[in-house]
Amino acid sequence: MIALSQVSRSFTVGDQEVSALRGIDLDIAAGDYVSIMGPSGSGKSTLLNLIGLLDRPSSGTYKLDGGDVTALDDVQQARVRSEKIGFVFQSFHLVPRLTAAMNIELPMILAGIPPEERKERVAKLIENYGLKDRADHRPDQLSGGQRQRVAIARATSMNPAVLLADEPTGNLDQTTGREVMALLEQLVEQKVTLILVTHDPMLGGRAHRQIQMVDGAIISDNGKKT
Amino acid sequence: MRLADVAQFATGSLRGSPTRTLLMMLAMAIGVAAVVVLTALGEGARRYVVDQFSSLGTNLVIVLPGHTETAGIGPGMLLGQIPREITLDDAEAIQRSASVKRIAPLTVGSAMLSRGSLNREVVVLGSTSNLLEVRHMNLGIGKFLPEGDIHESASVCVLGNQMKRELFGNDQAVGQWVRLGDRRFRVIGVLAAQGESMGMRTDELVIVPVASAHQLFNTSGLFRVLIEAKGRDVIEQAKHEAEQIMLQRHHGEKDVTVITQDAVLATFDRILTALTMAVGGIAAISLAVAGVLIMNVMLIAVAQRVKEIGLLKALGAPGKRIRNLFFAEAALLSGIGSIAGLVLGYAGSLIIRQVYPVLPATPPWWAVLAACGTALGTGILFSVWPARRAAKLDPVAALAGR
Repeated sequence: MIALSQVSRSFTVGDQEVSALRGIDLDIAAGDYVSIMGPSGSGKSTLLNLIGLLDRPSSGTYKLDGGDVTALDDVQQARVRSEKIGFVFQSFHLVPRLTAAMNIELPMILAGIPPEERKERVAKLIENYGLKDRADHRPDQLSGGQRQRVAIARATSMNPAVLLADEPTGNLDQTTGREVMALLEQLVEQKVTLILVTHDPMLGGRAHRQIQMVDGAIISDNGKKT
Repeated sequence: MRLADVAQFATGSLRGSPTRTLLMMLAMAIGVAAVVVLTALGEGARRYVVDQFSSLGTNLVIVLPGHTETAGIGPGMLLGQIPREITLDDAEAIQRSASVKRIAPLTVGSAMLSRGSLNREVVVLGSTSNLLEVRHMNLGIGKFLPEGDIHESASVCVLGNQMKRELFGNDQAVGQWVRLGDRRFRVIGVLAAQGESMGMRTDELVIVPVASAHQLFNTSGLFRVLIEAKGRDVIEQAKHEAEQIMLQRHHGEKDVTVITQDAVLATFDRILTALTMAVGGIAAISLAVAGVLIMNVMLIAVAQRVKEIGLLKALGAPGKRIRNLFFAEAALLSGIGSIAGLVLGYAGSLIIRQVYPVLPATPPWWAVLAACGTALGTGILFSVWPARRAAKLDPVAALAGR
């Protein structure tokens, strides 16, 4: 489903060229549960951002569902993000002025889904993620775990095929972190492709396929087809 | 994205950070109000000057007998004719023309004015009740010449201020009788002291009804007909009409001269142009200041929201949609800000009018339009433009706030 070939990404810092990713080749099948691990600065987040179309590779090609997505224009990329990809961030990235329910509704509003259908789906998500008594609270009135549950509900509101999670438990304590992981793993059972970025080997070890990265390159991958 | 959702998102965004929204609206309102109030002041000053000028009698057209041929000697002169005189009927005919507000016929002569043992030679003006308005004279006490039939030769007179003092001292003059030439006149009014006007010292005049003056000097012609045009823009028309009427009444013979105060009018126009330009300059400067103020506020506000733009992109909004959201928000904000500014500006102008009633401080419509246009224009431009730039970033860069 996801096919990266010879993908590189470099940034210009001052007058120096810094490579965050060097020639990554990666194939991920639909419904897989993949963790990307590595020390900070290894390029794992950059890789995730590239897969989520939040960033563009400097070279190489990225095919999603068989189509080259790096060549798409802004509107087409936005549609792919809207329909196929859900993102869960370490720092949640909720809109502070909107209530939990409205945050969950936001991707559907942007996609132009009719209000009746939106309300129905939001109600279901709120129910599923145990946010019923928190639906009308704004993010600053929610605990960290609740915020991340809202973020996951928002990421899944458009029923994406791929869910990308960048250190989803990084800002949470262990107990709530485990709860959040359980929710994400539930989604894997529903045939969602989950790609998880973490520096925590314990967390990464739960995935079906584990990828280790160092200095912008994959050094081990237990699911790679030979 | 649906239109209703765009509107809801925009209002939600504005309500979401009330302090920021309030400050932006305040900047907008102050900008618009400043333009409105400043131009109202400028326009008030301009209109004040215009009013003062009009009261000087610049709408005057003067008909005098005789026509100077510039191209040689007229046939009449060779025959030793004197120009045909302008009669009271001629004056009445001119009065009926469309662009004429009112006329005052004028006869001038000199006669001996006496009261008891006091007497002196004075200039006597024969005219009608309109003279007061046409020449913008001020009456001190009593009444001016009575209105009514122009041919009526009532034995009443109005004394210039100095004449009254010389003849009556501090005594009551109104109601007393004086002798003017061989007729007795009753004093019905005294002019206020006002110095020189049109080369005549008004203070030393005696004014009587024009028909009485004709009898006094045994003439029937007029020295001048003063015409007050309905407005500054119809002066030329009034002049033309007066010429036509006189031409008709004198059987096609061009034997009167019609003049306007061209030099005065030219000066007046120059002053008016300068004042209008001053108002325009005030408006332009205040518009520029308001524009810069709004620009800064909007730029900072959007700069604080680059992260939000990144998030919207990550959630699947294309750049165009984000631009539309910011457009809707800016339009709403600028609209409300402009209206608040207009209310503030008009209230300010009203207060100025209350405090200085002589200054008709109302903002000109074009300044109001320009103020709102600037507020809306800069508000939207400097909100959509940075939002567009942020939306063009890769979402990861925008999310990081870079």
